[in-house]
Amino acid sequence: MGERALEVDRLVKFFPLGRRRTVKAVNGVSFHIDRGEALALVGESGSGKTTVGRCILRLIEPTEGRITFLGDDVTAMTQEQFRPWRRRIQLVFQEPYDSLNPRMRIGRILDEPLMLADRSTPGGRRARVLELLDMVGLGAAFLTLYPHQLSGGEQQRVGIARAIATNPDLVVLDEPTSALDVSVRAEILDLLTDLQQRLGFAYLFISHDLTAVRRVCQRVAIMYLGKIVETGPTDEIFARPLHPYSRALLSSVLYPDPVDQRSRFLLAGEIPSPIDVPAGCHLHPRCPWAIDDCARDYPPLEELLPGRRVACFLARRQNGIAEPRADARSGVPHE
Amino acid sequence: MTIPTAHFWRFARTQPGFLFGLVVVMVTVFLALLGPWIAPYRPEEALPGQAVLPPNVDHWMGTDISGMDIFSRVIAAPRIDLTIALISTVVAFVGGVVLGVVSGFFAGARGLWALVSNAIMRGADIFQAFPLFIFALALVGFRGPSIQNVIVALAFLNVPFFLRVTRGAVLHVRERPFVDAARCVGGSGLRIAFVHVMPNALTPALANLSPTIGFSILLTSALSFVGAGVPIPTPEWGSMIAIGAPNMMTGQWWTALFPGLALGVTILGYALVGDGLRDYLDPTHRQ
Repeated sequence: MGERALEVDRLVKFFPLGRRRTVKAVNGVSFHIDRGEALALVGESGSGKTTVGRCILRLIEPTEGRITFLGDDVTAMTQEQFRPWRRRIQLVFQEPYDSLNPRMRIGRILDEPLMLADRSTPGGRRARVLELLDMVGLGAAFLTLYPHQLSGGEQQRVGIARAIATNPDLVVLDEPTSALDVSVRAEILDLLTDLQQRLGFAYLFISHDLTAVRRVCQRVAIMYLGKIVETGPTDEIFARPLHPYSRALLSSVLYPDPVDQRSRFLLAGEIPSPIDVPAGCHLHPRCPWAIDDCARDYPPLEELLPGRRVACFLARRQNGIAEPRADARSGVPHE
Repeated sequence: MTIPTAHFWRFARTQPGFLFGLVVVMVTVFLALLGPWIAPYRPEEALPGQAVLPPNVDHWMGTDISGMDIFSRVIAAPRIDLTIALISTVVAFVGGVVLGVVSGFFAGARGLWALVSNAIMRGADIFQAFPLFIFALALVGFRGPSIQNVIVALAFLNVPFFLRVTRGAVLHVRERPFVDAARCVGGSGLRIAFVHVMPNALTPALANLSPTIGFSILLTSALSFVGAGVPIPTPEWGSMIAIGAPNMMTGQWWTALFPGLALGVTILGYALVGDGLRDYLDPTHRQ
């Protein structure tokens, strides 16, 4: 275990909605990322994963909690105090085209972070811009083009080049491939993996695309309704998910081989709105294995197996194995 | 901001109203540059013994009560009217866009800039709640009728308008992801507002430049008509209408009709150019 790049402690973000109601987008999320490590934050739409990323980047202000970056608490900083830190924490956006200013040429888009970071000479910055273009597989010909003249994959490469321009310690990838064609996705994922291995930054990979996560990340944290329900090494979670929600999520992955029909595990209904979060374990109304405890309290996130933390009463009672028992309240999972 | 010429003309050819407006704009600009020199008579010269002549071979639009040639005055007037309208509109555009970017970008923020944003909007509210014509009258009444005072009054009048259309566009543009991206690379608030947001929020203000010029010509004339604008012998459509109005009632229709027509056609032309430009600048209107 190396030095911590990022530590998030009990992060909370509520969005007020009218006078009395609030959207509990993120409700007590804690995790850490070591230097050079890639952590995936996985969940459905509405799970709060993007909100976590935006809080870390201070694009929105967290309601509560602490964010420590390379040992320094950055939570209490004002926007202006945080500004010098920004070059060390960067973001790659979900929408490649929308994240580039339509009225700026690629050369200027890539020059801006350099200019704001170190104010070296324009000539020196230009060499760095060319180097960046080369690193993401684009050539000098792109310098004078406008974003709309590029393909989606090329636009995302520019977005990545901009994010790594200042040699950040942490790059937050907010669904970097979900807006791209399937054929381009793999290239971008390979590029991201390659860059990380060469340059050693830490990734927070926010995604609902489990196959993408598996290619890039060493560890996974799975979110449901603003809370992390399970974390652990990618291989182990994919091989044996402990939380019922993780299991359902993984079982929803489509495998390309039609013969490989792994047993399907489905939850009842759909993800509730983060405005009316169920009491107790947020999953219990949908969980086929819910026991009485689940409706009363929220299960603590505990290390049940080495390196694996799970928030589930049933898994805890049975030493990490969430399987139905004779006293399970409701029937068999939906096949 | 580049306008690709070939594309522009292909667009303009399909819009007869826009083309008509362009012709009007070009004619007024031409007259503003050369009008007083190509006029057959000196526009401020009262010809002795030739008062209130109906249109004839020597005086195509007749003469007014002091014996000044109306045709010469009608084509000399854009020099004053257009200059006033152009200067006041450009000043209002610059002021309105800058204030609109600041008030829109920092709307709903915290701290000093939020106060500035609110102050700007409340200022604009107060300004617009005040009857604008009365304001112009008061200013001119206070400082005396002169071209400079008309320009100042009109510039003030049009600032809140450019402010509001720009603010509206900014409120929309600031939510786009490239603005977050600019913040992530470490740009300050003001830098993001003016380098990233403003260039993407100019379209409504630009499209309204031309109609505002037309409207300013109308207001200049209106101020002159009530005697609070351009002082009298200067050729100006509004004051010409004012001079000619008493004659209209006694049947000498030409005294006020021709300046009135010139004014109406000009305002229509500038409005049509504005409509056409809005369609041209808005990609969603394009086919």
